[in-house]
Amino acid sequence: MSDISTTKASAETMISMTGVAKWYGAFQALNDINVSVRKGEKIVLCGPSGSGKSTLIRCINHLEAYQQGEIRVGGILLGHQAKSIDAVRREVGMVFQQFNLFPHLTVLQNCMLAPMRALGLGKAEAEGRARQLLERVKIAEQAEKYPAQLSGGQQQRVAIARALCMRPQVMLFDEPTSALDPEMVKEVLDTMIDLAREGMTMICVTHEMGFARQVADRVIFMASGAIVEEAPPVEFFSNPKHERTRKFLGEILGH
Amino acid sequence: MNYTLDFTPVIEGMPNLLTACLGTFVLAICGMLLATVIGIGGVVLRTSKIKALRWLVIGFVEIIRNTPFLVQIFFIYFALPLAGLRLDPTPTAIIALGINGGAYAIEIIRGGVQSISKGQVEAGLALGLHKAQVFRLIVLKPALRAIFPSLTSQFVLLTLTTSIASAISAYELTSVSQRIESDSFRSFEVYFTVTAFYLVISWLMMRLFAFFSARYFAYPVK
Repeated sequence: MSDISTTKASAETMISMTGVAKWYGAFQALNDINVSVRKGEKIVLCGPSGSGKSTLIRCINHLEAYQQGEIRVGGILLGHQAKSIDAVRREVGMVFQQFNLFPHLTVLQNCMLAPMRALGLGKAEAEGRARQLLERVKIAEQAEKYPAQLSGGQQQRVAIARALCMRPQVMLFDEPTSALDPEMVKEVLDTMIDLAREGMTMICVTHEMGFARQVADRVIFMASGAIVEEAPPVEFFSNPKHERTRKFLGEILGH
Repeated sequence: MNYTLDFTPVIEGMPNLLTACLGTFVLAICGMLLATVIGIGGVVLRTSKIKALRWLVIGFVEIIRNTPFLVQIFFIYFALPLAGLRLDPTPTAIIALGINGGAYAIEIIRGGVQSISKGQVEAGLALGLHKAQVFRLIVLKPALRAIFPSLTSQFVLLTLTTSIASAISAYELTSVSQRIESDSFRSFEVYFTVTAFYLVISWLMMRLFAFFSARYFAYPVK
C-alpha cells in the first residue's frame, strides 16, 4: 500500500528539533520535543486535541515562539531575531485549517502577493509561477475569482498553491481537511498526495488515517505536549506500543 | 404675524453662496484626508510595541473626544502663531477638522482592524511578509471595508462641522451666509437656503462614499 514512501527520503536533515519546550504561562504546551525530519520525508502528526501538535508545527515557522531547545530548518538556526525568522519562513510553507485566503484579492493575486513582496519577483514572473501552480492543484480556471466564490475544498487547494509559490523546501499542514465538508476532503488529500509524490518534505497534522497509511514515512503520536510514540505507519497502526496510542486509535478508528 | 418673504438678497448673493459651498467641500475633503491619515497612523501607533507611543495615542484620542470642537479650533488658531506658524483661517480649519476627525477615525478604524481574524495575519507572516506589509497589504482593506459605514457617518458629521470654522472666518458656507444676513437682515431666507444647501452637500458626500465603497470594496464575502 505504501507506494509513495518508496520514493525515499535522502539522508540530509531538513528539520531538527532538539529539546524544544514551550509554556503558555504556567501551562507547558510542549515538553522536550526531539524530532528530526529528513529531506523528502513525510510525517503525520496526530494526537488528541490539546496535545500540542499544532503548537509544534507552528513553532517550526515561529508563529509560536519556543522557550527552550533548538530548532533548525534547512541548516538555519531558528532564533528569535527577525532575520533568522524571515530566513526560515522563506523555506517553509504553511496550510491552515481555515484556509486563510485573503478575501480582497483574487485567487491569482493571493498567489502573487508574497512572491512579489517578500521575494521581490517581477509581476510577470510571479504571475507565471502562480498560474503554473494553480494548474498543478487543478484550479487554474478559477484564477480570476475571489476566495468567497469558491468551495472550501477549492479554497484549500488555492491555499496550497499560494504556499508553493514561495518554492518552499518544507510544507506544514495544520489540520488541512478539518474545516471541510466530507465530500471535499478527497480533493484536498489528493492534492497533498500528489505533492508528496513529487518529493516535498511534509509535516501534516491530521486525523486522516487513510492518508497517513498511504503517504507517511512516519507517524508521530503526541499527548499532553510530549511525543509518546513514533513509528512507520504499518507498525503504528498494527502494533501500537503505548496504552495512550491504542486508546486514541481505538477512538478514531473504532467506528 | 405679518412677514413678507424676500429672497432678493439670497438670489443676489447666490454666486457667493455657491462658491462658498465649494469652500465647504474643500474644507471637508481636505479634513477627511487628513483625518484618514491620522486615523490609520494612529491605529498603527496604538498597536506599537512601545508603550509611550500607545499612551500618546490614547491621550490624544481622549483629549480630542472630550473637548468641544469650537475650543479646539480656537486653540489651534491662536496657539500655532505662538509656535511661530502663522496660517490663514482656511488651512487652520483643515488642520483642526483633520485632528478632530482623526481622533474619532482612530477608534473606528481600530475596531475594524480588531475584526480581522488572527489567521489572516498568520497566513501573511507564514508567507514571509513583514508585519508592516501584513498590515498594509492584508489587514487594512478588509478592516476599512468592515467599518466603512461608521466612517461614512463620522465623515458626514465632519462635513457639517465645517460650519464651526466660521468662528475663525474660514472660507465656507456658514461664514459667507452670515455676511449676507448681516447686510440684509433677511435671517430666515438666508438660513432656509443654507439649510437646504447643507442637506444637498451631505447627500453628495454620502453618494461619494457609496461610489468609493462600490469601487474599492466590491469583492464578494460570504
